[in-house]
Amino acid sequence: MSRMEGEIPDRNSPGANHGAGLSHEENMASSPLSAGNSMSIMTADWRDFVALTKPRVMTLVVFTGLCGLLAAPGHVHPVLAFTAILCIALGAGAAAALNQWYEADIDAKMKRTANRPLPGGRMDRQTALHFGVGLSFFSVLLMGMATNWLAAAVLAVSILFYVFIYTIWLKPRTAQNIVIGGAAGAFPPVIGWAAVTGDISALPVALFMLIFFWTPPHFWALALFVKIDYAAAGIPMLPVVAGEVATRRQIWFYTAIMAVAAMAPVLLNLTGPIYGTVALLATALFAFFAFQVFRRRESDPASMGPEKRLFKYSILYLFLLFGAVVVDRWLMA
Amino acid sequence: MTPEEDKKIRARQKSRAIVTGLLLGALVILFYAITIAKIGGGQ
Repeated sequence: MSRMEGEIPDRNSPGANHGAGLSHEENMASSPLSAGNSMSIMTADWRDFVALTKPRVMTLVVFTGLCGLLAAPGHVHPVLAFTAILCIALGAGAAAALNQWYEADIDAKMKRTANRPLPGGRMDRQTALHFGVGLSFFSVLLMGMATNWLAAAVLAVSILFYVFIYTIWLKPRTAQNIVIGGAAGAFPPVIGWAAVTGDISALPVALFMLIFFWTPPHFWALALFVKIDYAAAGIPMLPVVAGEVATRRQIWFYTAIMAVAAMAPVLLNLTGPIYGTVALLATALFAFFAFQVFRRRESDPASMGPEKRLFKYSILYLFLLFGAVVVDRWLMA
Repeated sequence: MTPEEDKKIRARQKSRAIVTGLLLGALVILFYAITIAKIGGGQ
């Protein structure tokens, strides 16, 4: 049965391109990574536990959480503020560890992730599972005791959302996985805000929406130039399932919605002119880079200049906007 | 298990134990600081 572009075998279906006839669970049980084969796996080094938490991804989570905390009205003791940010980081690390526990078989097939602790054979899956669950409980309980239980609840929701909704349910099944799953990365500013105020008001919700609509263009720009990896692993990322032209159109479409979300805090009078100016200029540049991606038709992975530029700029863009929110709020206060 | 592997495992276990000890020490300090902040009405 020839497979047309875009037709991805469901990871659990017998026809999936791993262990013919085996379901995902059976396939994981027979793979060298399963707990039964732990003798062939060395004692994990402590650096592998750090790698399990995906530290690089954590920096953006910590920064946006810190901005949510600094932008919030009111005062919180510096030690409690530090603890809140620590819990956001630990929660993100726990979710990343559980993600790697569940996707060890997929990570083994992608060049970008093949050397992670589990597919690299340096840790067995059960250790990763225990580490992820333990760190999740610890971060939520510490957040609750150090700040308040609303912030702890939102932290718990973000971890559960990332693991169950995104990693386990959506990612293997739909090309819209990143659109909905992106919500998990949008919680940190809400958590930081709630840690200070004990409630959630319009500005944290606006910041949540900004990250929510920023995630698709950010992630699909990456997916365009690592598309081969996702196809090999059987993950229905948009470029793999719907092709590049559709992906470029969706990047442009979500950039337009993101632009509205970026300007919303100003239009709703939640921030002042500093954020307004920075948001306007930075978003215009984002739209320019996104339009360059939208216009291109080449699909040679080697020449993905505009796509890589958009992906890199999209990270700087979020730092710029959240930094501007904090500066603006402090000057307004 | 070869002597080299055994030696490597022991080295890893030792470094893990040191890191765990340092983390626990840091947590003791953090919990003490949180308690002081909370007692002082830090919110």
